[in-house]
Parts: sequence; C-alpha cells; structure tokens
Amino acid sequence: MTADVASPKIGISGAEHEAKLHELWETEPGLKGLLGTVDHKEIGIRYLVTAFTFLIVGGIEALIMRLQLAGPNLSVLTPREYNEMFSTHGMTMMFLYSLPVLSGFSNYLWPLLLGSRDMAFPRLNALSYWIYLASGIFLYAGVLTGNAPNDGWFNYVPYAERLYNPGMNEDFYALGLVFLGISTTVGAANFIVTAFRTRAPGMSINRMPLMIWGTLTANVANLLVIPAVSLAFFLLWLDRNLGTHFYMPPDGGQPLLWQHLFWIFGHPWVYAIVLPAMGIVSDGLPVFCRRPLVGYALVAFGTVSTMVLGFGVWVHHMFATGLPGLSMSFFSGASLLIILPSAISVFAWIATIWHGRPVWRTPFLFFSSMIFLFVVGGVSGFMTASVPVDWQLTDTYFVVAHIHYVLLGINVFPVIGGIYFWFPKMTGRMLDERLGKLNFWTMFVGFNLAFLPMHLTGLLGMPRRIYTYGPYAGWGTLNLITSIGAFLLAFGFLLFIINVVKSLRHGELAGPNPWDANTLEWATPSPPPPYNFAVIPTVTSRYPLWEGRIGESGIVSTLDRGMLLAEGKQTIGTTGVDSVPDIVLKMSQDSLAPVSLAAGLSVLFVGLLLKSLAVFTIGGLIVLAALIAWMWPSFELRERAV
Amino acid sequence: MSRLGDYPLSYLAADGTRADHILPLMYYLLSVAIIVCVIIAALLWVGVRRHRDTGLAPDIREVAVIRGVPAVSWIGWGVGISSVPILVGLVWTMVALGSTYGPPRDPALTLDVTGHQWWWEVRYDSPDPSQQFLTANEIHIPVGEPVLVRLHGGDVIHSFWVPKLTGKTDTIPGQVNIAWMQADHPGRYRGQCTEYCGFQHAHMAFEVVAEPRADFDRWRAAQLAPAPAPTTPAEQRGRALIEYRCGLCHQVRGTLAAAITAPDLTHLASRRMLAAGTLLNNPGNLSGWIENPQQVKPEALMPNQFLSAAELSDARAYLETLK
Repeated sequence: MTADVASPKIGISGAEHEAKLHELWETEPGLKGLLGTVDHKEIGIRYLVTAFTFLIVGGIEALIMRLQLAGPNLSVLTPREYNEMFSTHGMTMMFLYSLPVLSGFSNYLWPLLLGSRDMAFPRLNALSYWIYLASGIFLYAGVLTGNAPNDGWFNYVPYAERLYNPGMNEDFYALGLVFLGISTTVGAANFIVTAFRTRAPGMSINRMPLMIWGTLTANVANLLVIPAVSLAFFLLWLDRNLGTHFYMPPDGGQPLLWQHLFWIFGHPWVYAIVLPAMGIVSDGLPVFCRRPLVGYALVAFGTVSTMVLGFGVWVHHMFATGLPGLSMSFFSGASLLIILPSAISVFAWIATIWHGRPVWRTPFLFFSSMIFLFVVGGVSGFMTASVPVDWQLTDTYFVVAHIHYVLLGINVFPVIGGIYFWFPKMTGRMLDERLGKLNFWTMFVGFNLAFLPMHLTGLLGMPRRIYTYGPYAGWGTLNLITSIGAFLLAFGFLLFIINVVKSLRHGELAGPNPWDANTLEWATPSPPPPYNFAVIPTVTSRYPLWEGRIGESGIVSTLDRGMLLAEGKQTIGTTGVDSVPDIVLKMSQDSLAPVSLAAGLSVLFVGLLLKSLAVFTIGGLIVLAALIAWMWPSFELRERAV
Repeated sequence: MSRLGDYPLSYLAADGTRADHILPLMYYLLSVAIIVCVIIAALLWVGVRRHRDTGLAPDIREVAVIRGVPAVSWIGWGVGISSVPILVGLVWTMVALGSTYGPPRDPALTLDVTGHQWWWEVRYDSPDPSQQFLTANEIHIPVGEPVLVRLHGGDVIHSFWVPKLTGKTDTIPGQVNIAWMQADHPGRYRGQCTEYCGFQHAHMAFEVVAEPRADFDRWRAAQLAPAPAPTTPAEQRGRALIEYRCGLCHQVRGTLAAAITAPDLTHLASRRMLAAGTLLNNPGNLSGWIENPQQVKPEALMPNQFLSAAELSDARAYLETLK
C-alpha cells in the first residue's frame, strides 16, 4: 500500500539528474524511434512540416488557377480540371493545412508553455499525427489517380451524389474526411485534457498564455462539431454506395440537410482555425512591444465568447436557400454581433502597440500587419452578415476576398510570424532578419495586391467557382492584378522557405531566450531537451520570465528548483482551475501502437473505398490488434497502489 | 461609381425595386467597412511609428520591458464605438429584410423557373391553361410590375440571380423557393447562376428583358403561337432533321419534336443569346453551336452533331424561321 504513496522529491537540477532524465525521455534512434516516438516536440515539428508541405501544394494549385483566370476566355485548364483544382485547393488549405499547422504549434509548444514534460496522452498525440498523415495521403491518392474532389470543399449535394457525380472522386473525399475527423477528434480530446490537467503548479487558469486559451477553445469546438461533418460525409458515402437517400429529393431526401450538417461544423471550424492563431499574436506581439498585453482577461473572454456565438451563425452561409425570414434574421443578428468579441482582441493589440515600445523585428511585422488584415476580413464579414446585402454578395468574388483575408490574414500571417518567433526555440538558430523583412514585405504587398482588388471584382458581379469568364463584364484587368499579386505572394513565401533552409545550417545561434520573451518555453535551452524541464517550475504570475520588471508584487515563480520526478517517465498532474499538484502522471513510453493503428485504419478505409470485405476485414483486424497492444495493462503506468 | 455600376453583373447600381431596397444598406455597410479599415490602419501606422527610437534597436533585449500604462479603456471605447454602426446595421438589416423578403401580394405575372445543368427553363404561368407556355434562357417581363418567380431545382442546386433586379435565391430540388423582381426601366438585364453546379457553371446565364406592357403583351402572344410552318424546301428538310435529330431532347411546338429535357426551341430565333447566355444568336454562332457544342461548352449535355454541310444549312434555315 505504501510503496506508491510518497511526495515527489524537490530539488535543483544537476548534471547527473539531467543525464538520468535524458535517458528516460530520449527517443530511440532508428526506425523504431522514427515510427514510435511520442515526444510532443518531434510530433509538433512533423505536423508543421507536413502542413507546410500541403500549403505549398495548395499554393501551387492556386497559382495554376490564377493563370487560368488571368484574362478572359483562357484555356490553361479544362472545366473538369479547373473544378478539381479549386476543390482540391479548398480541401488542402481548409483541412490539410490550416488546422494541422496550428496543431503543430500547439503540439510543440503546449507542454513547454505549460511547464510540463509532454502532452497528457502522448500516444494519442502520435496517433493524431499518423492519422492526419495517412488521411492526407489517402485524399491525395485520389487526386493523383484522377479522383480529386470536384464539388468544392463544401461539397454540396445533390451534385456530390452518384447520379450527378459518377466516379470515385467523391468517395475519396467523403471517406478521407471521415478518416481525418478521427485525427482531429483525438487531438482535440488530448489538448483539452492537457490544458486542464498538466499545467505547472501555480499556473491557475487566469495565468495561462492566451495561445492556450485560443487552442483550448478551438478544440472544445472541434470536439462538438466534428461529429456533424463526419456524419454528413458518412451519410453521403451511404447514399453513393449503399443506395440510401439522405440527400436525394426524389426519394424523400433533403439537400438542405447536407448544408445544415456541413455548416454547423463549417462555421465553428473557421473560428477553430483562427482562434489559436490569434492566440499566437496575443502572446507574441507583447514580447515585441516590451510590455504585457493590454486586457488579458477581456481577450480570453473574447476568445471564448467568439466561439460560443460562433455556434449560432452557421445559417449565414445559407441566406439564399429560401429559409424563413424570421429564422434568418436571428442568424443575421448573431453574425453581426460576433464582431464585438473579436473587436476586443483588435483593440487590445492596438493598445499594446500604442502604449508599448515596439521593436520592429520580423515576427512583429507579421503580427502587427495581421491586425490590419483581420480588420479587413472582419468588416467584409460584417457586410455579408446582413441578409439582404448578402443576397447580392454571396457566391461572388467578394466572398472569395473575404475568406482569403480571414484565412491568410488570421492564419498564414500569424503562423509565419510564429515560425520566425519560435524557430530559434525549435532549432537553436535564428532566422535571417534581413531576408525576413524582405519576406514579409513581399508577402504583404503580394497578398494585398491579389486580394484587395478582388473585393471590387466581387462587387462587379463575378461569380465564384467559374472556370472562365467573358470580356463583357469588366473583370479582366482586376483578375490580372490578382494573378500578379498571387505570384508575388508566392515569391514572398519562397523567400520564407529559403530563409528556413539557409538558417537551419547557417543561422545565428539563438541561446535560450533571444527575444527576452516572457513565457516558460524560453526558460528551456534551445532546442529544449527531450524532457523539457529538468525540474517542474512553480508559477506565480502570468509572465514568469518578466517578473521583477513589470512591477508585480508577491511571491516570484521558481524555475530552477522544484519537483525532480526522475524515478520514471513522469510529469505532474494538477487541478483544472487552480493548478494545484494532485497526481504524478506516469507517461507512456515510445510505442508502435499508434502508427500500427493508423496503418490499420488506412487499410480499413481503403476497404470501404473499394467496397472490399476482405480488405476491410484485414484493416479491422490490424486495428483490433493495435488497440489490444495499446490497451494492454502496463505495470509501469498504473496510477494506484495495489 | 456609376460607371462601375454599368457593368452587366455589377450590383453597385440597381434598376429594380427589390435591388433598390438593398442598395442604400449596402452602401452604408461598405462605407462603414472602408472607414473602419482606414481608422485601424492609421492607428496601427502611428502606433508602430511613435517609438522610432526602439523600433530599430539592434538587440531586442536592450529595450527594457515596462509595465506600461493601463490601457484597458481602449477596449471599452473601441468596442463601445464599434457597437454603434453595428447596431444601426442590425436594425437597418431587419427593416430591409422586411421590405424585400416577402413576395408581392398581387403579382402581375408568375413564372416557374427551373435550373438545369446548364440552362434555365422558364414556364409562364396563367390561370388559363391556354395562356401557359414554355421558353428558355430569356425572360420577358412588363416594366414597373411585380413579377413572382417560383424556383425549382431540375437536377442539382443552382442559384437565380439578376444583380440589377434581385439578389440570389437558390433553386433546390425537392423544394420551391420564392423570389420576385420588378424592373424600374425597360432594358436587358443579365442573370447568372451563382451556385456551383458542375462543369459549365461558368456558362449558365440568362437575360431578363423588361419592356413596356404593350410590347410585353405582343411578345407573349407571339410566344404562345406554335412554330410557323416551313415554306422553302430547305426549311422543310430542316424541320424533318430537327424532329428526327433534336426532338429527342428539344421541343418545337407544332412539330414532332416534343421532348422537354433541353431548352424549348419553338421561338429560338426571337432570343438574343444562345447556349444560356454564352453566344450571340447569329447564323455563324448557331451553326457552330449545333455542330460543336462541346467546344463552346465542354462537357455540356448536348453532344456534337456531325451534320453534313448541307444538313447544317437546312437545320439553320429552319431554326431561323422560329421567330
């Protein structure tokens, strides 16, 4: 009874202690380590690299489309190719880039920000990456075999039904997204538990970095809305393959059912892929303004309330579907009011800049310009929120401009700024500052050149998703400008890639805290050791690394003395709100179960795709075996005295 | 702005009651949007450049961290001021929705419009069955009178949009949606499908012709008539060819061609455009379209015809009589 009941030892770190931790936490080299690692930093970087790969692919697709649209009646692409291209572009950017890239940041950073040694469920973390990779390959296997999605990322029925859409295009898409949904769901569960259970002692909920608030909020939303989209796609697959009629009107099905299920997911999703990025700005911007963020509590409140309101606005994607005016007016009102919580962040950031002492480093340029791009995307959203005006705006290029200001402005710009910010932490080397500024200005000018005139293209009535247009409508010049801007933007992004490649080898050495930043990850060496923190820090303020300089009073945080936790692969579990330590968490070792489970699921989904019972059964058996191996009781991981 | 409003699909100007009601609200929202962007950009620009001394510091670590003055009031003022134009927009939206949503009580005309891949079927409704008729891709309406449009989905979802007259309403299979329009001035207004519907979504346009009541009534009487009988031998051969080759999908009222899965051709020659607003209706385009529609609209449902030159000439001779 007593063997397990002992307080963790408290002490300061030393060479021997660190060597011991290193041995406990290090990932084995070789194939087993490659496939079996559960190190959140390794997984985070894999997420980032994979997501950026998809960003490049999706970007090339966009450039090909911009060639086709650069002038009236061009024939770079056939209508079939164009439709597959814009659908694949949407799928890639929405599903394979924008959330995964944020998951990459969060996976890498969360335990470091929280003063912990890993995510709450390390193997689940590995699983969520492997499934993301497998579903990405699954979807692109479709693209490469001539079965790309061809009905937009929104995939409206009945066009997606077999009657109008023979071929396997939509089967790949439907199954691929159900598959990817598993990754998002397990990832979301992991983030939520990690946020509530593994914060350093003393990091009460009002001391969490805002990036944690943003990602946590987004993942609560994901957990609630992914089932809607998975169901929608699964019903579509049933319609297409088993002859059900969920969406087919002649048989009593309802096309609008798809739109409701899709947008109940789709709109919260838009917030899920921007809130964590807004968190990046809320945490990163103050470092470069040399002062704490203005209005921390209000920004956290704004984050959560944006999401809560975000569940009640999905019908604004459906204002033209003939819904009753009264119900539309509610959604219209909610869509207008959702601006207010977002405005909190905007004014908090501006006040921080205004009353801070900004240092114009590359991350600052990305973060501060994001505020402007966010506002442009926000006010165009404000216009589409008004039902009667939306009857004109919807499905024109005005909305294309809006969505790109939102997604590039609030996702891509903070993400690249975030890479400039955390690259030294991840690699130990700085990105080149001169190239960085050039990178920023090229992207910023290219982006605005591409997408600001696009608002006018929309006001002149150019519909979305048309593969070509005639010379009669006055869209030619504007489209040419957009195409030029798109290539400039791509060139700016190329400079970013060049900077990363160059700096990986030749970048200036960073040291632990090159920006004199304020959160816990900067208290670790760059790059951090496998165990992150040699001793578990105790936190008594929001900005543990700025204590004593910003006039906070009271007890200071302790970073060099704390729980040693070197008896096994351990970290500390704390209570949800106040972060009082209450359990020693025994963390799982590297394991091949997650990658095997993802492989089994891949086979299973291929079985569904081919409608082959044999393949499906083989996949099912692999899944079963992997689950048994995963769940096999382990003496090391027991959490109670026997 | 007025010049930008002149483009055929631009909605920066309006020519019909329903679009008129929306226009001031749209300009209000657009002005608020532009003003907000300018203010925020100015605040940011000044805010960033107020501290040029620290901006270019060679090492960020040399710029001391400060507690900073409390500035939460920025959020209060910012959100407070923002909420005023938002609330105005909210109320105005509800008012505009009230005045544009409902169909007119006594429409002068009721149309049943069905969206098909990739053309528009238009049925003129009337309590008197002998006054009903079918046409395609060109809608005539009397100017200054409210027109009720019942929208039906023929296959997949499309969206009915005439920017100068009315905003978008989807045509969804399995349900009937309602739109309405009322033109202020005589003229030709371009309409366009705006819900993605497949390969030729780009070429799924139509025209609304608003004309004085007398002209409209004349047009309507002409449309009600069946196709005129062919007079020359070429026209007769043409009719036979149309009945035999085209009648599997198309209808020419008064002939054996009686299928309605493709546009009604009874008065094809009276329309200004061909192939759902894609080509001007002239002899050259008509021949090109009949012979090789897959080049004009790849993957359209009409197959290439492979007619001999003589056959094509006969078919065209007959179709040109369908005024």
